[in-house]
Amino acid sequence: MPVKDYLRLRFLPHIWCPGCGHGIVMSGMIRAIEEIGLEKNEVVVVSGIGCSSRMAGYLDFHTMHTLHGRALAFATGVKLGRPDLTVIVPMGDGDALAIGGNHFIHAARRDIDLTAVIMNNRIYGMTGGQGSPMTPQGMRSTTAPRGIADAAFDLVELAKGAGASFVARTTTFHATELTRMIEKAIRHKGFSVVEVMSQCPTYYGRQNRLGNGVEMMKGFRDNTTSIGSKKREARPDLIERGIFVDEDRPVYSPEGLKAD
Amino acid sequence: MTSERPNMRFIQGNEAIAEGALYAGLQFYAGYPITPSTEIAEILSRRLPEMGGTFIQMEDEIASLCTIIGASLTGLKVMTATSGPGFSLMQEAIGYAVMAEVPSVIVNVQRGGPSTGLPTAVAQGDVNQARWGTHGDHAIVTLTASNLQDVFLMTVAGFNMAEAFRTPVILLFDEVVAHMREKVVVPGPGEIEIFERLRTSVPEGTNYHPYLRREDGRLPMSDFGGVHRYNVTGLVHDMWGFPSTDSTIAYDLLHHLVDKLENRADSIARYKEYFTDDARVLLISYGSSARSALQMVVDRRKKGGKLGLLELQSLWPFPAETVREKCEGRTHILVVEMNMGQICHEVKKVVSRPERVFLANRFDGIFISPGDILRVLNMVQGKGV
Ligand SMILES: Cc1ncc(C[n+]2csc(CCOP(=O)(O)OP(=O)(O)O)c2C)c(N)n1
Ligand code: SF4
Repeated sequence: MPVKDYLRLRFLPHIWCPGCGHGIVMSGMIRAIEEIGLEKNEVVVVSGIGCSSRMAGYLDFHTMHTLHGRALAFATGVKLGRPDLTVIVPMGDGDALAIGGNHFIHAARRDIDLTAVIMNNRIYGMTGGQGSPMTPQGMRSTTAPRGIADAAFDLVELAKGAGASFVARTTTFHATELTRMIEKAIRHKGFSVVEVMSQCPTYYGRQNRLGNGVEMMKGFRDNTTSIGSKKREARPDLIERGIFVDEDRPVYSPEGLKAD
Repeated sequence: MTSERPNMRFIQGNEAIAEGALYAGLQFYAGYPITPSTEIAEILSRRLPEMGGTFIQMEDEIASLCTIIGASLTGLKVMTATSGPGFSLMQEAIGYAVMAEVPSVIVNVQRGGPSTGLPTAVAQGDVNQARWGTHGDHAIVTLTASNLQDVFLMTVAGFNMAEAFRTPVILLFDEVVAHMREKVVVPGPGEIEIFERLRTSVPEGTNYHPYLRREDGRLPMSDFGGVHRYNVTGLVHDMWGFPSTDSTIAYDLLHHLVDKLENRADSIARYKEYFTDDARVLLISYGSSARSALQMVVDRRKKGGKLGLLELQSLWPFPAETVREKCEGRTHILVVEMNMGQICHEVKKVVSRPERVFLANRFDGIFISPGDILRVLNMVQGKGV
């Protein structure tokens, strides 16, 4: 099926700026769902609040656009109410890790069978460019004119430490890898986290002179490398992409663990 | 457990809430422990899975309410229970349930506030929070009760109203009612009508509009995972459930959310009357305070005093018509509550002679006694203290 067959055309155009990375993530997600062969009625998309979270409304699945930071909690109710459904949770980095940080670590700890796709643009896009827990130290935001003082999270390490059984990272530049990872994450039984480094040219790009959307994506190409790549010997600052954790564990249910 | 009838049980208030919820068809509970509501979670963690339902302890009260809202959209009857601090945390999600019109039941066993307040002491200070805690214009249903049979019945009524009106319902009990023990007769199946969810009859392949009202104002639902795919949002939305900033749509939606409850205030109203026929002095009370108010009325009646009690079991929408009517012609109206006058204020607003309305209250963590009420009555009647 063409991507547009998975969209609610009635609800378009979308709100995203030209060059925004969120649309790339959305098409990657659609491709992954198609690849797995899920029926539209088998998929629920639960999002919070943010530019990224608007994705839910555009998709022709059962969709829920909820509260800032709380998507994983709503999704937990949907999943426990209908364990047979595939529940995907697209989130922004602020949504997932600032206001929603507590729900994030607890969803990971439970290892509940949800797929969290976190669009990490390192900024609050929707509210106009304030710093997020993923904004690297020293970078600019509208509330940190001299650069951010706080250290950023390493999302992969956080998800691993909290107990997620599938943890991956990719970028909007690596579109094929993105689809493959989301596909694996959806197929995985347990809490799966896919960090997608995404671009917000409008706020993060402009404030930090990183160029337009395309230039920011080239930055993802130049500043990342596959897990275990030799390139990091020369350039330890390169961010690793790939699947960091993929463990088969008994499937979570609040009544106690069940064999798959 | 002493039982004179097989279904007669001697139980705690929190257990009566749990039993009422199960009778009403509770299928999903999420919560976070807090005194004095914790026993509800403890009981349901055992009972609910036995009956094929789901219990989960969440990381906080915000998550608890969000989780039950998610579960409700899959078609389940849901509940959470908390007390003041947790109820404060739930306010944003209460607004979501109001806006998205998701049937859900939220128990608040009140304790002393503000903040951590008096965790183990009785209070009724969350009456206005139940009404206005979440931001924005809206309406809400809030029920309460003073004895455990009524706690059971109001819990069932709360579930029924959540389904009938597609709304969150707040069951506003208090520490005394939740922790006391009393006989409760659990009705047999079918003895009390249980409302099931109104689901759409729109067939697969035909457009289903999740927020298109029928002529009677109701909105039939479709479970997530069913044949109709639609969007649910806390933003102002059109009949598709899609965000809209159209002022006509916003106006219409807000009116609908308020009118669906406020215009039915009469049918939602629940109250009990004791000795009101010839009463010159009318007491108005609710929750555990109504127990002392009733005791005081009975005591005074024995001495020939013409006192009566109007016990409110629904607080919101405020039963204005009932209160106005019942207050007509009384020499004194005494509102008995354990806060600084939250319902007294409402009573004054609706009666024709507000200067005849007085407050008999306590808010120091001590259960209000018949003597406390009598002292106020003597004072307002000029009999001294
Ligand atoms: C409780 C609450 N606090 C604050 C906001 C305002 N707000 C909306 S979106 C957002 C941050 C969005 O950033 P992110 O989650 O990173 O997503 P993005 O917009 O960058 O995709 C904030 C702070 C809100 N909607 N609700
Ligand atoms: S503000 Fe940033 S995140 Fe939001 S749509 Fe525009 S580019 Fe995307």
